[in-house]
Amino acid sequence: MNHNYQKDISGCGLTGLISRKRRPISGSEIVKSLCLMTDRGNGLGAGYAAYGIYPEFKDFYAFHIMYDEPTVKRTVEDYLKSNYHIEKVEEIPTKAVKAIPISPMLVRYFVSPLKERLAGEQEETDFVVNTVMKVNSEIDGAYIFSSGKNMGAFKGVGNPSDIADFFRIEEYEGYIWTAHTRFPTNTPGWWGGAHPFTLLDWSIVHNGEISSYGINKRYLEMYGYKLALLTDTEVVAYLLDLLIRRHGLSIPVACLALASPFWKNIDQRDPEEREALTALRQTYGSALLNGPFSVLFGHSNGLVGINDRIKLRPLVAAIKGDVTYMASEESAIRAICPDPQKVWAPRAGEPVIVNLED
Amino acid sequence: MVEINASGTYYKELNQKIRAAVEKGEKEIVLKNVNGQYYIGAGFVGSTNITIEGVPGNDLAAFMDGPTLRIKSNAQDNISNTMNSGKVIVEGNAGDVLGYGMRGGKLHIRGDVGYRVGIHMKGNKKQTPTIIVGGTAGDFFGEYMAGGILVLLGLDSTGPLVGDYLGTGMHGGMIFVRGEVDKNLCGAEVGILDLDEDDHKILKDALTDYCKDFGLKLEDIMKKGFKKLVPVSLRPYGNLYAY
Repeated sequence: MNHNYQKDISGCGLTGLISRKRRPISGSEIVKSLCLMTDRGNGLGAGYAAYGIYPEFKDFYAFHIMYDEPTVKRTVEDYLKSNYHIEKVEEIPTKAVKAIPISPMLVRYFVSPLKERLAGEQEETDFVVNTVMKVNSEIDGAYIFSSGKNMGAFKGVGNPSDIADFFRIEEYEGYIWTAHTRFPTNTPGWWGGAHPFTLLDWSIVHNGEISSYGINKRYLEMYGYKLALLTDTEVVAYLLDLLIRRHGLSIPVACLALASPFWKNIDQRDPEEREALTALRQTYGSALLNGPFSVLFGHSNGLVGINDRIKLRPLVAAIKGDVTYMASEESAIRAICPDPQKVWAPRAGEPVIVNLED
Repeated sequence: MVEINASGTYYKELNQKIRAAVEKGEKEIVLKNVNGQYYIGAGFVGSTNITIEGVPGNDLAAFMDGPTLRIKSNAQDNISNTMNSGKVIVEGNAGDVLGYGMRGGKLHIRGDVGYRVGIHMKGNKKQTPTIIVGGTAGDFFGEYMAGGILVLLGLDSTGPLVGDYLGTGMHGGMIFVRGEVDKNLCGAEVGILDLDEDDHKILKDALTDYCKDFGLKLEDIMKKGFKKLVPVSLRPYGNLYAY
């Protein structure tokens, strides 16, 4: 055994920001924040999600798709053409970066489902979710990694600054940003496995590991979700979609289901609250996220940060003016906001929920 | 006195510069524009005073043996991991897992701290590691504590003084809490006691030095009563897996 082995001790790093007034913020800000935490990752995955970047196509679902090779692209496009009106197709703009010699083909489509393809009362959003599940699980070598409106995810294998250069992140302006540098532990570092994980308008970045992945996966499969991306974080994106969009839970209640209080704390509450929390835990026991995590999730109306119930991963928040920041390290916030009005460490399991003002 | 501008400097390069200054015999070092650089003061020996302006990165003062660090702002996670001697003074708040396995020296924090502070802290006949927190603390304060002294003051705080699982797994050392302690928050092995004369002396000695660091008055702090937390059961989980 080599005792001179130098271990890089790291964990994933995440950062996010939101202008509550929908003020466009340059991608260069979030890149700067994430790059301060480059050493929390190991170059096997980085990514960004931005909201408000496609105002001219805001009524269309923006599909970002990665293809391993051209024939699979034809298969997917045939499928899309028979189910969607395609307003625009273009390659996702990229720049040659020395550290990223190979990448999948990256194409984006602005689409809307064809009315005649919606079965009966079917919601448009359900139709889109079905498309994402079908492509990601049934068409080998094609992955829809972003499918929301007026938002998009950009991710791949590389370190934060190379991925930012590659996707020309600095050229986008958004009012919500999340970003992630990855240190994969239990699952492969591949393009589809980089964060953010998205579905419709939901985007997730995550530091930690979801040890309840198996239970969560089987639960989601009962509702038609297909877990195809080989990474625990994927379940968080789909659970939010299920609990909030399909079951109609509010964000605070959904957070109580995902990181619910321990039974001993529930027992100490008032009878009414105790009954509600008990019902929630019983109903959504299989949606409970166990294991260490700090998570940021973006959606069309805001940004949420949440920790596991005993805070096994770091999360710091700060406010200045109309912007709220959340990151794994305070210094990542101060890299782009040297003098915040307020800095705090959210408590375990207690979400920080920030909504756009309108 | 030497000033080092840390702005935009990668942590390896910054720590090399600090080490070079220490090796030249520099006794007062001021680091300007620090933001997020890891391992500052890690493994340092000797008696240098280092003042840090800006937020230092994780693992500050890990394995440190002698120097004094003063941080003029907030600090992050994992400060004073396995520190052996010396002192770290934080004028703002600090993060999680402070003083992990700390075996000597002092960590004085003016503001609030996060989760798992003083975890696995240990002492011996010759050394008593001491952590004093001016504000509030999160869950698992003093978890698995084996020795040393933890003090929680709750000065000018509005939120809860301390989180859940206080002293869980504790089997040595002492925790002093300024104010009342809810037994429900404590680990099964933790006893809540009033201070005796010896305790008062130990606490006052520790706080006198703390007050000097932050310009506070000892009598103001002592106006409110303290409780002492110590392990009272040797094997509280002896029957946990017995049936």
